[in-house]
Amino acid sequence: MKYIDEFRNLELAQSLLLRLRALVTRPWVVMEVCGGQTHSIVRYGLDELLPKEIELAHGPGCPVCVTALELIDRAHALARRPDVIFCSFGDMLRVPGSSGDLFQIRSQGGDVRVVYSPLECLKLARANPSKRVVFFAIGFETTAPANAMSVWQARAQGIDNYAMLVSHVTVPPAMTAILESPNNRVQAFLGAGHVCAVMGWEEYEPLAARYRVPIVVTGFEPLDLLEGIFRAVEQLEGGRHEVVNAYSRAVSRSGNPAARQMIAQVFEPCDRAWRGIGVIPGSGYRLREEFARFDAARIFDLQGIVSTEPENCISGLILQGARRPSDCAAFGTACTPETPLGATMVSAEGACAAYYNYGRHLAR
Amino acid sequence: MCLAVPGKITELREESGVALARVDFGGVARDACMAYLPEAAVGDYVLVHVGFAITRLDEEEAAKTLATLKELGEFSELE
Repeated sequence: MKYIDEFRNLELAQSLLLRLRALVTRPWVVMEVCGGQTHSIVRYGLDELLPKEIELAHGPGCPVCVTALELIDRAHALARRPDVIFCSFGDMLRVPGSSGDLFQIRSQGGDVRVVYSPLECLKLARANPSKRVVFFAIGFETTAPANAMSVWQARAQGIDNYAMLVSHVTVPPAMTAILESPNNRVQAFLGAGHVCAVMGWEEYEPLAARYRVPIVVTGFEPLDLLEGIFRAVEQLEGGRHEVVNAYSRAVSRSGNPAARQMIAQVFEPCDRAWRGIGVIPGSGYRLREEFARFDAARIFDLQGIVSTEPENCISGLILQGARRPSDCAAFGTACTPETPLGATMVSAEGACAAYYNYGRHLAR
Repeated sequence: MCLAVPGKITELREESGVALARVDFGGVARDACMAYLPEAAVGDYVLVHVGFAITRLDEEEAAKTLATLKELGEFSELE
């Protein structure tokens, strides 16, 4: 497949690794923010091929993983209602709430549907006028334009029985939170390529300057990741801290203007609680006032739900890059993809699931 | 979650006021909403995420990146 095969070229990868070995003189910690990148890195074993001086810390860029338990419990309460058709991306179905997951709710009679695109919810809403169709709108800036469009279209087409439970998160405030943490070890970032395809990279320039941290916009194939790491280490070794675009076939400086405009018209920034991390100021999107009638959090009374986290799960520390999955006593034993304790084991993009799926638990 | 797959546009059309494309992902064809890439044409490669084309892939930039990587690799062989 064009734009995939050529970026998986083995000889080029090997020569880039040699070049990287010649470049590096001391230890560096580089964080890949995006869970999709974590998945690629572990899948191709890139972290094990790098010079031992370069440590990759896995970041919080997995929306399923960082959705707060309180919000998952609210989603479950909605999915149990007989007057609701609850729609979600597939990843969210197995995420455990305080009691059970969406699969269990479906087996108990809840009408839970998996959608590929949020626009499918509008068709469902039209076909089921006596029900309220609620979509669990999770995601980073990459997904926000699609989710925003569903509400925009619902209003334009007069579909009044559609609503969203919004759990959107944004990348730059999360990077700021990591850099501000007293335990921070991250010295450079691989920027999330598809978030930047929508948003561009302008908003990362003040971050790079303020925290003197290199940020390299990076793609998802092995050569993309190796180039991203190379460009980050090159800056670290040279004492520079710039935003560099290593994914220029997909990302431009200002991103996608039409998509950004739709996000700004439908959503506004808000504080957001991240699972395992806590509230990060300005790190979420919520629906603007003019879309209040499509906001499930305002339509339904979701107060009084008590959430309890499992005790022996360190996913919060893993999401901040402070611990690795293999540091957890429960990893691969009490906690597996079949019996996950935390969201980093549930989502295919969570660091724990990536480590487990590619056999890292067998090396212990 | 931010997975976006490259595919080639084989057809453009409109349905209830929404711009759609038929996109070929190496043999598997699916519809994608083109509202955010109004300038894309048949034959273009786009990245599709949750049913929306979010960016057009730039052939020239892809070639430039590969050429730069090749140069970097050759440099390491000289050392």
